[in-house]
Amino acid sequence: MSKLRKLLDRAKPHFSPGGRLSALGSVFDGVETFLYTPRTTAPANNTVHIHDAIDSKRTMIMVVLALMPCFFFGMYNTGYQHWLAAGCTTFPFFDLMLYGFLAVLPRVVVAYVVGLGIEFIVAQIRKEEIQEGFLVTGLLIPMICPVEIPLWMLAVATAFSVIFVKEVFGGTGYNIFNVALVTRAFLFFAYPAQMSGDDAFVPTSTPLGFGPAVPDGFTCATPLGQVATTVGDSLSITGVDGAAITSWDAFLGLIPGCFGETSVLCILIGAVILLLSGIGSWRIMLSVAAGALLMGWVANTFASPVYPASYLTPVDQLLYGGLAFAAVFMATDPVTAARTSTGKVVYGLLIGIIAVIIRTYNNGYPEGAMLAVLLMNAFASLIDWCVVQTNISRRRARFAKLIKD
Amino acid sequence: MKLRFKKGLDLSLAGAVKSSEISKYEPDECAIVPDDFSGFIPKLMVREGDSVKVGSPIMHDKISEDLYLVSPVSGTVKAIIRGDRRKIMRVVITNDHKYECVSFDTKATVKELLASSGLLAMLRRRPYDVVVRTAVRPADIFVTALDTAPLATTLVSRLPNDALTVLTRAVEALSGLTEGKVNVSVGDDWTFGDLPGAVMHTVSGPHPAGNVGVQVSAIAPAGQGREVWTLDIVTLYNIGLLLQTGVLNPWTEVAVTGPMVASPGLVKTNPGAALAGMLKDRTTTDAHLRVISGNVLTGTAVGAEDSFLRFPYRQITVIAEGDDVDEFMGWASMKPSKLSVNAALPFSRLTRLFSPDARMNGSRRAMIMSGEYERVLPMDIMPEFLLKAIIGRNIPEMEALGIYEISPEDFALCEFVDTSKLPIQQIIRDGLDFLRKENE
Repeated sequence: MSKLRKLLDRAKPHFSPGGRLSALGSVFDGVETFLYTPRTTAPANNTVHIHDAIDSKRTMIMVVLALMPCFFFGMYNTGYQHWLAAGCTTFPFFDLMLYGFLAVLPRVVVAYVVGLGIEFIVAQIRKEEIQEGFLVTGLLIPMICPVEIPLWMLAVATAFSVIFVKEVFGGTGYNIFNVALVTRAFLFFAYPAQMSGDDAFVPTSTPLGFGPAVPDGFTCATPLGQVATTVGDSLSITGVDGAAITSWDAFLGLIPGCFGETSVLCILIGAVILLLSGIGSWRIMLSVAAGALLMGWVANTFASPVYPASYLTPVDQLLYGGLAFAAVFMATDPVTAARTSTGKVVYGLLIGIIAVIIRTYNNGYPEGAMLAVLLMNAFASLIDWCVVQTNISRRRARFAKLIKD
Repeated sequence: MKLRFKKGLDLSLAGAVKSSEISKYEPDECAIVPDDFSGFIPKLMVREGDSVKVGSPIMHDKISEDLYLVSPVSGTVKAIIRGDRRKIMRVVITNDHKYECVSFDTKATVKELLASSGLLAMLRRRPYDVVVRTAVRPADIFVTALDTAPLATTLVSRLPNDALTVLTRAVEALSGLTEGKVNVSVGDDWTFGDLPGAVMHTVSGPHPAGNVGVQVSAIAPAGQGREVWTLDIVTLYNIGLLLQTGVLNPWTEVAVTGPMVASPGLVKTNPGAALAGMLKDRTTTDAHLRVISGNVLTGTAVGAEDSFLRFPYRQITVIAEGDDVDEFMGWASMKPSKLSVNAALPFSRLTRLFSPDARMNGSRRAMIMSGEYERVLPMDIMPEFLLKAIIGRNIPEMEALGIYEISPEDFALCEFVDTSKLPIQQIIRDGLDFLRKENE
């Protein structure tokens, strides 16, 4: 037996009911099951005696793994945009990464501490095991927010959504809305100044005094922000340094935007990981993309100067903003998505279509992916209900025919 | 009719029976466990010390009073073991190795003969997957000649080469019990051709293709107002034998299988046989073994106290218990030896034969992943929604989603693949019992 195992065994009585630290029982339990696979074996009867080696911990960790390319790219891009804003012409890789790391680290820590803290407390009150769903949520939250969002706002928003979107419904697996997205929505509507506008998305501060200084009053809008305020029928999207942004830049992700969602390339790598490991639904990913392309094509065909975003090509609709990220990491959340195969396709298509509709035909919101996913979260059960009803009718008809014969 | 099932899963486990050699094992004790016969409410007919023969009634059902469970051997009733609230756990009979048989009156009606010989209790009815009621005439009868469960051996090889006449006789007798047809589903290994009087179906596909419930669902589903009876081909053969000879066949063929069995093989023994002697030289003496009476998906784990062969009396599987294993960060392990059909453990593809233990491999969660169950359930049923309806005790929804067609064993693979480690078979058993109480 290893030293660690012995240590855990010695500590266990203190955390058990009646022990000195029993108030931290759920935390101990969480740590123990994280370190060692529980020894629990199957019951004696009315059960299978062997179980697949997959469990919810591994599923969640695969998603975290799939997020890593986007996360590391986000670090680089955060630094890159800052260096650009400071007017630099050389971009030292490790400095950029370090800058991005220093910028995002406090947000990750705050999201995890607040969210996991609440989960631990609730688990203790409910006398349940700590669940691992927040491992993913806690990483998603900083990735879909502007990197310089004030920490206290992030803490308030995270607390709000963990409590009111997840825990009051019963915890992981019972929530109706995507917890990370509600956090973002909360920030978006409660603190719009920090979540949109021309100065939200390019990091100008120097964490711990690191990085070059950016001139006071520097502003640069995200590509979609620029599109939304375009007058006339010629789009010109420029980056922080004033140079034009091409679709290729948007695909690589070297553009201003939320921390983790700018690079379509890295999102695609994440999608491949999710699909190969069988955890993400290809139906949802593909249908969101198809819906966005379809609606993008419709909007582009009937482009009008009243709605400047309609001048974006269908492919650009996918490359800019958070739509690709939403398709791969948000819409596919199995708990809040539709659960039937047919339902997933309908759900995804509608997310793609609605996201582009909001973007294009509502100039107040340059980006619609978040609202589209949240809206369809609400409708996911209804879509499933319809699919289940077709199964019920088919079965009923078959049985009626059988009885008649 | 040809039934080709695509959904399902064949698990490749170590410890399959390779030789067709059969050893004989005469147990000193046999036990009858009423719990094996779901829905059977036992009323004892013997006392400790009574002497019995092969076929002597031991208990009868309180609902169908002419439905009996009988002694598999001749000897004396050694013990009647009761559990909480005096529930009868099992009746243990000492075998005198004489195998004296009760002569049944072959001139009695088929139903009387089957009920009094205990063979009728080996049938199940759907809806509910419980023992039959003798007063009911089923709409159809379904026989499966396949066992596709992990490590199971073929049922057909348990029949003698000249079984055709006996089987035909049994089909003829069962035809008289039903309003409809006797349906027999067979696999590639079937050698007897068409059974006169029966509707034959050829079945192929991965487990649970051999489950009679899956076949019924594909051929002519059970439902409210349409009760069907189900049995396997070995029981059908025993019925024929009883009709022909008037005595009960006290022998059954058991496949001793599993990764912890040193020499997997076939054993001819009696139903309910004590396992200790049978397994003595076949397994290690390690205390951390799980002896499963049945297969790894639906069997019952038996301990030292209740180590007897359980219905349907055809397989033993021994695996490691795994309660002594400390696995550091098991959720991150990519070991190829881990049994998984999930692509999140890619290296499991490299292993040909697995030796899994009984650990849950994770803790219980709410239903998180979607679409897992559908892949291993070859029925036109939406498993996730049906399970939710059962958990919520929503009767109209359970009925609409097909609870009357299913049995726990049909959902065993769903339970195996489940990321959330839900006790799916127990949920279904509870749901079926709940509905039966409401309806009957």
